[in-house]
Order: sequence, then C-alpha cells, then structure tokens
Amino acid sequence: MTDAASDPRGMARVLRAPATWALVALAALLVAGAVGSPGFLSVEMRDGRLYGTPIDILNHGSKVAIVAIGMTLVIATRGVDLSVGAVVAIASAIVATLVSQKGVAWPIAMAGALGAALLAGLWNGSLVTFLRLQPIVATLVLMVAGRGIAQLITDGQIVTVRDPAVAFLGNASLLLLPATVSALAVISALAWLGTRRTAFGLFLEAVGENERAARLSGIPVRPVLLVAYAACGLCAGVAGLIDCAYIRAADANNAGQLLELDAILAVVLGGTALTGGRFSLLGSVIGAMLMQTLTKVLYVFDVSADIAPAPKAAIVLAVCLLQSPTFRAACSRHLESARARLRPGTEARP
Amino acid sequence: MKLRPRDLPLLVAAIVLVTAFAAGALRYDHFASVAVVRNLLVDNAFLGVAAVGATFVILSGGIDLSVGAVMAFTGVVVAALVERGGVHPGIAIAIALALGAAFGLLQGAIIRGFALPAFLVTLAGMFLARGMAFAVEPQSRPIRHPFVATTLNESATIALPLGETSTTIPLTVSIGAVTFVVAWFVLRQTPFGRRVYAIGDDLQGATVLGLPVAATTIAVYAISGFLSALAGVVFVLYQQAGDPTACKGLELDAIAAVVIGGTLLRGGVGSVVGTLIGVLIYGLIQTIITFEGTLSSWWTRIVVGALILAFVAAQRGLERVGRRLADA
Amino acid sequence: MLAARGLRKRFGPVLALDSVDLEIRPGEVLGLMGENGAGKSTLIKCLTGLHRPDAGTIERDGRPITLRSPRDAEALGVSTVHQEVHLIPHATVAENICLGREPRRNWLLGGSIRWRRVRERANAALARLGLALDVRREVSTLPLAIRQLVAIARALDIEARTLILDEPTSSLDRDEVERLFSTLRRLRGEGLGIVVVTHFLDQVYAIADRIAVLRDGRLVGAALAASLPRAELVAMMVGRAIAPAAARASSEAERPRAAALSARGLRRRGALDGVDLDVAAGEAVGLAGLLGSGRSETLRALFGADPIDEGAIEVSGRRHSIRSPGAAMRLGLAFLSEDRRGDGILPSLSVRDNLITALQAQRGILRRVGRREAAALADRLIASLRIKAPSASTPIARLSGGNQQKVLLARWLATDPRVLLLDEPTRGIDIGAKADVLALVASLREKGLAVVFVSSELEELAAACGRVVVLRDRRSVAQLRGADVDPSAMLAAVAAAPEGGARD
Repeated sequence: MTDAASDPRGMARVLRAPATWALVALAALLVAGAVGSPGFLSVEMRDGRLYGTPIDILNHGSKVAIVAIGMTLVIATRGVDLSVGAVVAIASAIVATLVSQKGVAWPIAMAGALGAALLAGLWNGSLVTFLRLQPIVATLVLMVAGRGIAQLITDGQIVTVRDPAVAFLGNASLLLLPATVSALAVISALAWLGTRRTAFGLFLEAVGENERAARLSGIPVRPVLLVAYAACGLCAGVAGLIDCAYIRAADANNAGQLLELDAILAVVLGGTALTGGRFSLLGSVIGAMLMQTLTKVLYVFDVSADIAPAPKAAIVLAVCLLQSPTFRAACSRHLESARARLRPGTEARP
Repeated sequence: MKLRPRDLPLLVAAIVLVTAFAAGALRYDHFASVAVVRNLLVDNAFLGVAAVGATFVILSGGIDLSVGAVMAFTGVVVAALVERGGVHPGIAIAIALALGAAFGLLQGAIIRGFALPAFLVTLAGMFLARGMAFAVEPQSRPIRHPFVATTLNESATIALPLGETSTTIPLTVSIGAVTFVVAWFVLRQTPFGRRVYAIGDDLQGATVLGLPVAATTIAVYAISGFLSALAGVVFVLYQQAGDPTACKGLELDAIAAVVIGGTLLRGGVGSVVGTLIGVLIYGLIQTIITFEGTLSSWWTRIVVGALILAFVAAQRGLERVGRRLADA
Repeated sequence: MLAARGLRKRFGPVLALDSVDLEIRPGEVLGLMGENGAGKSTLIKCLTGLHRPDAGTIERDGRPITLRSPRDAEALGVSTVHQEVHLIPHATVAENICLGREPRRNWLLGGSIRWRRVRERANAALARLGLALDVRREVSTLPLAIRQLVAIARALDIEARTLILDEPTSSLDRDEVERLFSTLRRLRGEGLGIVVVTHFLDQVYAIADRIAVLRDGRLVGAALAASLPRAELVAMMVGRAIAPAAARASSEAERPRAAALSARGLRRRGALDGVDLDVAAGEAVGLAGLLGSGRSETLRALFGADPIDEGAIEVSGRRHSIRSPGAAMRLGLAFLSEDRRGDGILPSLSVRDNLITALQAQRGILRRVGRREAAALADRLIASLRIKAPSASTPIARLSGGNQQKVLLARWLATDPRVLLLDEPTRGIDIGAKADVLALVASLREKGLAVVFVSSELEELAAACGRVVVLRDRRSVAQLRGADVDPSAMLAAVAAAPEGGARD
C-alpha cells in the first residue's frame, strides 16, 4: 500500500459514491458564484415567500429534476427515453387547450394531460418490451412524432391560459418555496417510496445489471420495464403541467426543447451510468440543480446564455471521464509511475 | 439480379418515394414539375450531406448527436473569418472543414479511448459546438463577399437544358450529389467501407477476425465531423449567412432520414442509397404538406415518426423471418 | 510445425494454463479434449494472438515467435475458426472469406476492392472444401453448418499451414460432420497440421491421429488415438479428483419414495431429445454425461428458462407446464446456472442485494424484504455458508469465484425451495469452496430437499448422489443406483459407443 491514502477503502468508497462528484462540483460552483457576485448566496423574504438566486436555481432546476427522476428509472434498466421533451409539449398542450378552449375544469384537464403522458410512457415501454426495439429507436419515434401531435392539439398556436387557478399554481408558494419546488419534493418522495420502500428499485437495478440473471431469479422483467417507461412518461407529464402553469401558455413548438438531453445529463452527472444498474434519485436531482447552478454562475461571470452550453459540455465531459473506469485506470497508472519517479529511493512496483 | 432480404427495406422506401410523388402529381397541379424537383433538391442538400455522415456513424454501430451544432459552428466560423477577418472564403471554408474533421476525430478518440458511450460524448460535443458557435458570432452574420455571392453561388451553377424549361443546378446540390457518390464508393468499394459495416454488424467478430477496430471507429467519427462541417458550408451557401442558431435538432432529422432509408440503428446493415431515398422522402413530405395548404407543417413530424416506426417494425419482422429461414 | 512450450496464462485468481507443452505436426490431426474450463479456449487464443501468454513461448519450425494479434498469427500461417462462428452476419460469403485482405485496385482508382477477384478467391476456397455455394449470399441466411464451412474456407484463404478448429461440430448433424471430416482428411493429405477441439468421443476417434487432453489448465496427456482406449481418455478428461469429505449418500437410497419432481420425454429442438428424470424429497440425483449431452439443457427446461417442445413435468405428483422461472419458483424449484457471470451475478450490486433477489421476486414487488430483515438474512447466510466477503454491502463482482458461487446458492436457499437444480455448482472454484458446497448439498438433502446435481467430475457425483442418470446425445440412456454409482461404472456408461446407429 502507498502512503497517499491513510484509509484507502473508506476514501475509495466516498470517491466512488454516485453523487460525490456532482456534489463537489455543485459546491465549487456555489463558491465561484459567491466570489463573482457577493449577493449570490443571499436569500430574502418578501410577501411570504423567499427570493434570491438559490431559490431561482431550485425553481428552475425543478422541472429538469422531475424529468430526470423519471429518466433515472429508465436508465437504470439500461434504457433511455428520448421522448420526454415531446411528452412535456403534449401534456402542456392538452392542459392549455382543455382549460382555455374547451372550458374544462383545471383538475380534470390536468388529469387528462397526465393520462396522456402515462399513455405515451406505456407506448414507449411496449415498443421496448414487446417489439424488443432498442430504447433509442423506440423512443425516437415519439420524440419526432410527439411534438407534431402537440402542435396538432394546439393547432400550431401558442395557447395562453387565463384560468386564475392555473396561473396561481404557477406562481404560488408553499412553505415559503415556489410551487414547482413542492412538486419536485412530492415527486421525489413518491419516486423514493416507489423504488426504495417496495422492491421495484431492486428489480430495476437487477434488470439493468443483468437481464438474464434477473429473469432466472424470477423477476418479472417485462412488467418492470413497462412500469419504468410509464413512470418516466408520467414525470414528463408533470413537467409539462409545470411548464404550462409557469409561463401561463402552451407553446408546442418550444416547450421541453432539448429537455431530454438536459435530463440525461442530469442523471449521468448524478452518478447513474448509462449502462444501467445502480441508480441514485438524489444524484439525479443534484445533477439537475448542478446544471441550473452552472447556468446561473456563468451568468454571473457575464457568459451569455447562448455560449453557456460550451462550458457546460466541458464540465459534463470531465465528470463522465472521472466516472469512466478506463480513464481512472489510466490515471492511477500515471500517478503510480509519477510517484515512483518522484521517489528515487523506492522501487517502482511491478 | 436476385432480391436479397436486406434489400427489401430499400425497395419499400423507393416505392414509398415514388408513390408519394405520384400521389402529389395526381392531386396538385404543377406538382410534377422541374421547379418542384429542383426546390426539393436545393432545400434538402445540406440535410443530405449531414445524413451521409450519420450513415457512416450508424452503420458502424454508433451515433453522432453533434451534427447540427457542428454545422452551425462551421457556418459562423466561415462568416467570421470572411467578414470580420478578411480571409478569402475558399481558405475560410477549408479551415472550417478541417475544424469539423478534427472535432469528430476528438470525439471518436474519446469514445474509443475511454470506452464512453457515443451518445454521451457526442451529446457533450453538441453542447460544446453550439456554445462555441455563439462565442464566435452571437448573431447571424450575412456573408457579402463576392466570391460567395457571385462565384460560388452563380458561376458554379450548372445549367440544365430540359426542353423548353431549362433549369439550373446550384453548387449546393452538386456538393450533395458528389458527397453521395463518394460515400457510396467508400462504403461499397473500399476495404475501409467494408470494415465500417463489419464493426457495426458484429464488433466482437470483427475483433476476432483481426480488423483494425479502433482506427476504423475513430475514422468514422472524423468523417462524420467533416461531413457535418461540409453540410454547414452548404447551409452557408444556401443562406448566405453564418447563424449560430441554425440547424438545431438537425441531427435527428438526419438520423430519421437514415432510418427511413432502411439502415438499422443497430449498425451493419444499410446503404447510402437508402439514405438518399430517406432524405428525398423527408423533403417530399414537406413539399406535399406545403402544397396541401390546409395541412399544417406539424404533420411532417407525425408522418416521419410513423414512417420510422413502420420501417423499424418491418425490419424486426424481416429479421425474425430471416432467422427462421436460416434455422430451417 | 507449430509448438507451444511451457505456456502459462493467469486470469485474476484462476490459472487458466499451467506450463502447457503441445506440438502440432504437419499432416496430422490433433484432437484437443477437455471439459469446460480445462483451458482449451485459452490455449487456442494464445496460439492465435488473442491472448498474450504470461510465460512460455510459441515456436514455428523451432523458432520462437511473438503473436500480438490474429493478423500476426495469420501472417505466420496459423488460421483459426473460433467456437462461436465469427463471421460478419450481414456480409456476403465472398466478403467474409476475404474480409481484411481484399484484393484492391491501385490508388489511382481509389484503392477499390476488386469484387470479381474476391468472388473468384472465395469460390476457390470453397471449392477446396468441395462446396458449391453462391458466394453472393448473405452469411446470416445460411444454415449454421454451411457457415461453419465458410469460416473454414476463410481460414484456408491465407496460406495456412496450421488450421485450428474450436468445436467445429457442435451445431452440425451427422452427415454434415462426416462431410467436414472428409474435408479435413483431404487437407491433412495436403500437409496441413490441424487441431480439432471437440467433446464428442466418437468424433475425436473418427478424425484425430493423436489426442491431447487438458484438465484444469494442465496437459494431462497426449497419445496416439489408436493406442488410447475410450475409458482411459474419459478418465483423463474428468480426472480422479480428491474425494470430498461429504459422506456417501448411498445405503438408504432404495426405499421407494414419491417423486418430488419427475420429467418424462423432455424434448427441445437442438437441445433435448427425450430425457426422463425422477427425484424424490431427500434424494440427490446426479446427471452424468459429457459436455453437450443435454445436462444443462435438462435443468433449464425443468426450470422454465427455455421452453420445451414436448414432454411432461410433474411436481409433487401433479402435472404442470412451467413456462417461466417465476412459475417454477412458485412450485418450489430453484436453479443454479453453470454460467455464473452471464446468468447469475448482478455484478455491481452488493452481496446483500444479490442474496435477496430471488426471495424478493418470490414475495412480489410490494412485500419488500426490509433493510433489517435483509441484513439478518445476509448475516445468517454469509455465516452458514462461510462466504468470505469484506461486508454484506461489498459489490459481488469483487468476491472470488467460489464466494460468488456460494452467494448464488444462498440466493436460492433464501427462497426455501423444495427442489434444487444445480448445474456445475463447483466449477471454477477453489478446492475449499468446493468441499463447502458439497457438504452443503449433502446437508440440504438430509433436510429433505430434492437435489438434481450436474457435474462433469464423476468422483463428485459419486460422492454426492445416491442415483445417477446418464445422458448421451441429448437423451437419458442409463440409470445407475446403489453400488453402481461409482466413477468407473459411470465412465463406462458415459463412454459407451452408441448402440448401432441409435440416432434418428
């Protein structure tokens, strides 16, 4: 053993923990933001709710985080769902059209939108489980067609929502925090209960780790896959409602644009590998917040929102490399030989 | 020539293309005209070039999501070099193409070298290229250099005398055509092309047969980067401007065209001829919807989505039939 | 002549090859035999540049050579057809034969492939095998047997002096095997040195001039086929392993008991051709037979992992059609697969999670095995099976093979099964773990479980089982009980030549 790490096993475990790197990056970004702009971390109370950059981050990060939670379940099974952006557009289009143009009461409209999102998820899941299509291809279908369907529903218009109830939901605050954060809290809690208080989480991980072994252990592989995709669709539906309530309109062409990619990045940053298996819901939420924080920090440093994707990509790639076993192996080899060179007295280990 | 099962999707795609065109010709006046066909080619030339790049990557069993962003990046690089830097457009274009190839090469090296999923690496590549595009030019910049406006866009046009109604083929379409021919040659007629198919078909098998798997993979992404840049140049010629917001999501249109053209996303099966048909079907759907007038543009997406599903499901069915045949 | 001298290759804790010396002489067919995990594939991969040996040399005509890739090997005239036919499925026959060494035009013409030359060369290579085939056909549309021949044609397309065939006959029927062998004899006549890896006794005697046997990574012997009796060959293959400490489960075996599990006439295309089997509670029944005789396939069929085409399965006297592992588990069956990595472990999940998967699947999704219950269960099973793991939350992939195997066995014990189907439970694990597993099986049997035990080590079967069903050619052919359950009797039954043209 080398003397570098006094407690190598504990240290290694922390370094290997799913969300560690995302948390480290998040902390670093918050510090950077505070250095760049002294008021970055300050939060103030106005009209019975909190305001400030951290609250903004939570508020805006929540939408991606909710989608990322659903995406986590799918990625855990070694799949991916490219259609979440389109499902967001569909859900937002349905609720806006029903409320504004058909005069449907908002709870029913929302239930309708969530029902449609669930159906979209089941559709994806069926293509994956019964037609045995690759997840990328299966969900590409709805990704391409879904936005068209959303535009069909809104007839290509931006449908504004004047119903005060919906508008209220978009701006309301619960327990001092914006309503979207409460929605995230509820979804997270449900997802955690659903995966960790039942056996669903274990089944997801087993299917993603080794589908054959999961089947031979008696795990109902097909239902598990189906439920994962359905849940992912549902999460995207919730994000669609939030989107609609927040901007008080449904814009089928732009709602949820590129959201699938943001969600996948959030999941990966949170330490869940695209190759399936072990997943971390908390990690995905942190990943989503990390990306939102990054956007804000770049804003503090006068990086325009348009250029922001470039540094984002660099950070994403860095985190992915740190998680890649091949990269780690290469690094530790280099470290090892560098150490051997620095200490001429000691022999290089074979 | 005997019809092989794997040619069936191609045949079906061709039938869809011809049927759609015939339906359009029957339904609308002035549909079956040289002008409509010319516009179809001109409006989809950049998509065609990008789809050829996607064909290489998909045949090798990979995916490249950075296509649209790299197109926008090359576009603004050309615009910035020409209009702000005073560089000759020919040199600017050469630089942009080299940058695109280098970008692809880097992506390929990371994918292969660190065993990271192509999906993830090219996704990061997409964000990176898009951000760099905005860093170079925050807004669309028109290109007014006479070499682009006159020499490339007018002098390089080929006049086609077609009876009384002569027409012109702009440089962009010629670039597209040359790209398809060269890609067909490389994929069909060179050992490199066959290796692309082989590693997409059975990576482990290709390794055991002693093929240079790593070099081929990296080369494929470099080609995709180069062709994305070329598509970006075609787009610049088409728009006469470099726009950092251009071509958002174009990679998915390209992938959709490739899939409709009968290429399996799993890799190993497909052809650049199919991609050509796929691009034309894609363009034709848009043309028909324009002609219909009452049909809105979003029907394009719905039809394309349905086509992808139909083709992929049909291929699944064919595979099963094929396996049963082989077993018997 | 190609020769291996003192080859040694280690994979982690497993010594896959241990000082192996082997000569492959021109104009001779060498049969390479050995059970699973004996090191055949590793040896071949070393000879073809896919693995670099840790020690030892490979010599070509007395000069040491270094093989870095299959290309190096081909350049030196060593050509290989690997076990799973490695051809590119959607490429044509002609392409597959020439892939990676296509004849090209010069650079002025873009270095394009001379397709006509490719087809000519492919036709020539196929003609050498006496095969007429449209070389423009896609390989995936060909029957396996023809693909096999195409793979050999590819191997011959270079100036091969040594041809290595890894299990070339496993997917061929009798006529196809005969055709392949006559081709090999012709090639032998042309002066090629040929290595054939196979596990079929009849076939090795039909084709091989000399037979070499590997076991546990060591060359246990090589002899002229004509001077090596069948029984002796089988004895060399399965070895005389140290008899484990477990008590012989023999004397009380004759009392008639109701069958806990019984199967009649199990058939599945290409896998099983009529297998009968009974096992009673408190009884351990062994399945003996060589690789490919249908041992694993029988267990998989009983567990519902692969559907059967014909046959009846009764559990506790009632007939059931078992369509999925879940259905089998509801009837109290448990199945430990021989493929630990592919069918068993969930590599990055903890030992604890690996332990509870089957129990959890049995209970259903809503009745979660709680954290405390899982911890208690894990502690109990880790202690009682003597699983060596840093902790119950260590990922299972970091355990040794033997301990992984114990975890998988424990996974099934947690479900409280009535019938245990064990496929090679002791393969690839160290001697201590082996003894532990065998002792455990004995105690489970005494507790009243019905056990079906598959092993290629006959000593082990003799020690663990009161009765042995012998499988040959995918069907059950004999049953040994009482005093007959002993390695030499089993050897005789396994090695017996099939009764005059019994197949078909």
